Amino acid sequence: MNELVEAIPWLGHRHPKAARSLITCLMLLAPMIALLFGNTWVRILDFALLYVMLALGLNLVVGFAGLLDLGYIAFYAVGAYTWAFLASPHFGLHLPFYLVLPLGAAFAACAGIILGFPVLRLRGDYLAIVTLGFGEIVRIFMNNLNYPVNITNGPQGINMLDSMNLFGWDISHAVQITDTFRINPLVSFYYLFLLFVVGSVIVIRRLQISRIGRGWAAIRDDELAAKAIGINTRNMKLLAFSLGATFGGVSGGLFGSFQGFVSPESFSLMESIAILTMVVFGGMGNIGGVIIGAVALSLLPEVLRGIALPVQQQLFGKVILDPEVLRMLLLSLAMILMMQFRPAGLIPANARYSRPELARAGKGAQS
Amino acid sequence: MPTNDKTPILQLQKLQVSYGHIQAVKGIDIELYSGELVCLIGANGAGKTTTLNAIAGTLPIRDGQLMYQGQAINNVPTHQRLRQGIALVPEGRGIFTRLTVEENLRMGAYIRDDKDGIEADMERVFTMLPRVKERLGQVAGTLSGGEQQMVAIGRALLSRPKLLLLDEPSMGLAPLVVETIFEVVQTVVKEGVTILLVEQNANLALEFSSRGYVMDGGNITLSDSGEALLANPKVRSAYLGEEANVA
Repeated sequence: MNELVEAIPWLGHRHPKAARSLITCLMLLAPMIALLFGNTWVRILDFALLYVMLALGLNLVVGFAGLLDLGYIAFYAVGAYTWAFLASPHFGLHLPFYLVLPLGAAFAACAGIILGFPVLRLRGDYLAIVTLGFGEIVRIFMNNLNYPVNITNGPQGINMLDSMNLFGWDISHAVQITDTFRINPLVSFYYLFLLFVVGSVIVIRRLQISRIGRGWAAIRDDELAAKAIGINTRNMKLLAFSLGATFGGVSGGLFGSFQGFVSPESFSLMESIAILTMVVFGGMGNIGGVIIGAVALSLLPEVLRGIALPVQQQLFGKVILDPEVLRMLLLSLAMILMMQFRPAGLIPANARYSRPELARAGKGAQS
Repeated sequence: MPTNDKTPILQLQKLQVSYGHIQAVKGIDIELYSGELVCLIGANGAGKTTTLNAIAGTLPIRDGQLMYQGQAINNVPTHQRLRQGIALVPEGRGIFTRLTVEENLRMGAYIRDDKDGIEADMERVFTMLPRVKERLGQVAGTLSGGEQQMVAIGRALLSRPKLLLLDEPSMGLAPLVVETIFEVVQTVVKEGVTILLVEQNANLALEFSSRGYVMDGGNITLSDSGEALLANPKVRSAYLGEEANVA
């Protein structure tokens, strides 16, 4: 939260309290504002929140522990498929969310440990390659496990997933308050996701300033030195992988309940890279930065999609650049500019492990 | 000074360490008694750092015994060895460059949770390393090499070690700074910490150490008291640059 406040260029320093309430209002009112532009925009906001959770989880691995993970989307897939298996007509199971979500998180954590063990001794490029392979393996499994026994229903994906049923209230149904006023289910999902995001931020924040967080930071900065001060680097790395995966698993479950449909193509390598880009763009290791990175990079392409087409029509009378192409172009351009001018991300992380707020007074050197 | 009647605090028996097929340490015997400052000298690639890392546990032991306080610790992981009192100051210092000096020191107490004890030890380190105290708030990466080395030693001391493994503390430092570091090392020994010092600067190391081992090609070729090794013509010509000394 403080890091978010800091991020507002002028207000953040002058009136941190005002900035804080501004952010809170914005968070709470965002779906109402989006609703003015149509349902699509609320849906986009919902997805943005899922991306925030994913980015926060990946930040645990990449930003805190310094372990480059290019297959993070696999954990998202594990969470989503857990939801699909346990809460859909596919196997005829309809377990409640308070069982399915933790199970999805647990499976994802196990997957994290499975990935973690073989890569314990790897760093940098090698680690990236193995994690990339892991992400692809999971996706290919989902794609092909429909024969001889149909488990995942292959490339068709699994349909008609149960929605989020909060103790009798299925939030995919609109809530009719009066004849004219009803709460859009997309808006309900927004607040549900917001709740999860806020919860995640609190947990991750606590982790960051705990012994565990300090241990991760030490490993990130200098592994030998970390060993020399008595950090069990093996367990700490495994913990980073599994905890990071947990957040991926939870958001995967939420995704399943929201979308009502999962298929392997939602979990491609490009998604892993997109999430990593959000983390790097926002500022590795900085919770506020990562949130802003995720929101910005999931909203901007959509805004672009809305603008690029009519503008091109106006200027040239035809569509020259497909918005999808334009999106990749601009994302890469954004990355290149970032690397050039703000290599540590939009909001660089504080170097301090224990009490980052101390760093604000001194404004530690950028690394 | 060695107290020969007791069991050694650290004992290497036919210790072997290898990197894949390449054997870096070929079965060496080293003994350290409580309160000693012992140095391990030798040329580049002799296996000194490898030995030290094997004792600290960051490298696996291939064969032989590593005894600490009378118990074999071959398979004890690094972080457990630190808890038992074996601390390593790695080669090239290995401090956390983005943290302040104070945070670096406190990271040294990572394995401890006795707040009062940590504060007391912080004070102890300050009296031993007054230069470090002046730089407490500074980001460690901006310190001079000598100061960084002191921070590294101070950080190791905060784990309250019984045995301190120092890997080339003089590396890349100006001669005057090296002297200061050795004085610090001596203060640490006076505090009752046993030190195994790996050095290329054989002259100074032997001068300060009670005993020394000379390592060459993965074997211990000589071991004697510090003065004796300093006087040994073989050592003089091989490691001390005899001509320079005569002139």
